[in-house]
Amino acid sequence: MAVDVAREAGSLRGARLRVSAAFWRRPWLKLAALVGPPVGIYTIVYVGSLAVLLASGFWAVNAFTSETVHTWNLGNFRTIFSTTDLTYWRIIGRTVAMAAAVTVTDAVLAFPLAYFMARLAMPRLRALLFVAVLLPLWSSYLVRIYSWRTILSTSGALNWVLTGLGLPAQHLSGTNWAMWLVFSYIWLPFMVLPVFAAIERIPDSYLEASGDLGARAGRTFRSVMLPLVLPGFVAGSIFTFALTLGDFITPALIGGGPGTAMIGSTVEANVGLNVPFAAALTAVPVAIMGLYLMAAKRLGAFEAL
Amino acid sequence: METRGARIGFGVSTALVVCFLWLPLVVIAVYAFNKSSIQSWPVSGWTLHWFRVAWQASDVRSALWLSVRVGLLASGIAIVLGSMAAFGVHRFRFFGRESVSLLLLLPLALPGIITGLALSSFFTFANQQASWLPGLPFSMWTIVIGHATFCVVVVYNNVLARLRRTSGSLVEASMDLGADGWQTFRYVTWPTISTALVGGALLAFALSFDEVIVTTFTAGAQTTLPIFIFNNINRGSQLPVINVVAFVVIALTVIPVWASVRLTHTSGLSRRS
Repeated sequence: MAVDVAREAGSLRGARLRVSAAFWRRPWLKLAALVGPPVGIYTIVYVGSLAVLLASGFWAVNAFTSETVHTWNLGNFRTIFSTTDLTYWRIIGRTVAMAAAVTVTDAVLAFPLAYFMARLAMPRLRALLFVAVLLPLWSSYLVRIYSWRTILSTSGALNWVLTGLGLPAQHLSGTNWAMWLVFSYIWLPFMVLPVFAAIERIPDSYLEASGDLGARAGRTFRSVMLPLVLPGFVAGSIFTFALTLGDFITPALIGGGPGTAMIGSTVEANVGLNVPFAAALTAVPVAIMGLYLMAAKRLGAFEAL
Repeated sequence: METRGARIGFGVSTALVVCFLWLPLVVIAVYAFNKSSIQSWPVSGWTLHWFRVAWQASDVRSALWLSVRVGLLASGIAIVLGSMAAFGVHRFRFFGRESVSLLLLLPLALPGIITGLALSSFFTFANQQASWLPGLPFSMWTIVIGHATFCVVVVYNNVLARLRRTSGSLVEASMDLGADGWQTFRYVTWPTISTALVGGALLAFALSFDEVIVTTFTAGAQTTLPIFIFNNINRGSQLPVINVVAFVVIALTVIPVWASVRLTHTSGLSRRS
């Protein structure tokens, strides 16, 4: 090999061979060249950004000049967790309740679809259904929310169907009900995919054994199926829960009525006025998700992802 | 072993849930061809008029052009950084290897509002306070950086999954037969990963093309196509144009994803034991 390299030195191939050999002899150099740049850039730009965000939660805004003052204080957190003014407590409570309701709704809607895909559909139909779930997930999220806005509007498709059925028209725009519906719609694919993966992993023999031992369908479902699918539900709920906590597009386009402010929309509303306060408020969903992830880890959700 | 009744029940609810998933996409496609400028269901007639209006509107065109450029640049960065990280993590065992995936996944896992606000605070901080950091005024490049943060992991995951499925002995065989590093890459590694790379890049482009949350924080005065929709949504006279733009955004995100699924066979649902 060394002779080859020497003979071909000077040619382009020789140069390439020498570079290859240099990397081959020093694997750490290759590792550093490959992993160094992405990790370095992410650490500086992204982790650095998160650090600035965290720090700015402890800064304040000068009320007269509206410039950020870099003095460390807990004022923003005092305002959020105030015991006399419950505004932000209510917003946090509403957001968490919404996230929980959306998670339960998505679990109920996702199960039959995931079950059908995993256990009943023929391979061709299964692939088709997979695409039918995947495409809405990836197609524009803003546009799908906008579309719901037109569907729920007074002269929209929903009221056309309702009046056509002889039911009274509904004015859902701006309400928490409308937000619940749209949130459940938007995050549904995030629940379907992990639940599908969990159901697909259950061997048929488990269910057959349960049947052979005399269990009826309901009992098999409760005692065999559910415990095995639970990690899938928990994995999906991480997405539905976290995404609802932080979203501000749905409150902006679908909510907006009285009593519909959420954490995300409150952060967004404060960005133009008081960035340190907005930054402090983002700590709330991060803390809630931290607790949620610890609980999810105990339930074995990460093996199901 | 499911009873006939259960099968029918699951089939019907599956059909209903799939209809629910597709309903808004169908509605927006219908509204894009709506003859009337008033949004009411059912539509009164069909026209291509609003497509012409949208195409001639200079603000729509510049927003479309910006979105395309941002999408291409962000997926370009994602291709380079994502495949580098994937190769490094696949080839080597090193301290902190597990954290690389987590680090890259973070921007996609954290709510967009946190990524957006963090990046915007960072850029403001670098521009105004920290003279030791290179300043970067809000521009197309700040949008590209914002999008690249969550696009890299898509390419990374796709390429890493492909590398894990390919046998390492192919590369060793190539080296044994006297190929240098470049030839091995060109004739052995590249053919095995190219579809995964292109599939990941297409997904990254789709992700970038319709991103709105991080963009609102990093765009400054720039207008991408989703920002155009978001800003004009409360102007009644603009709604027919928005419908067309929305339809185009859907088409331009669905087509790359469809192509990506075909390329990478993400629906790798081959077996059930």
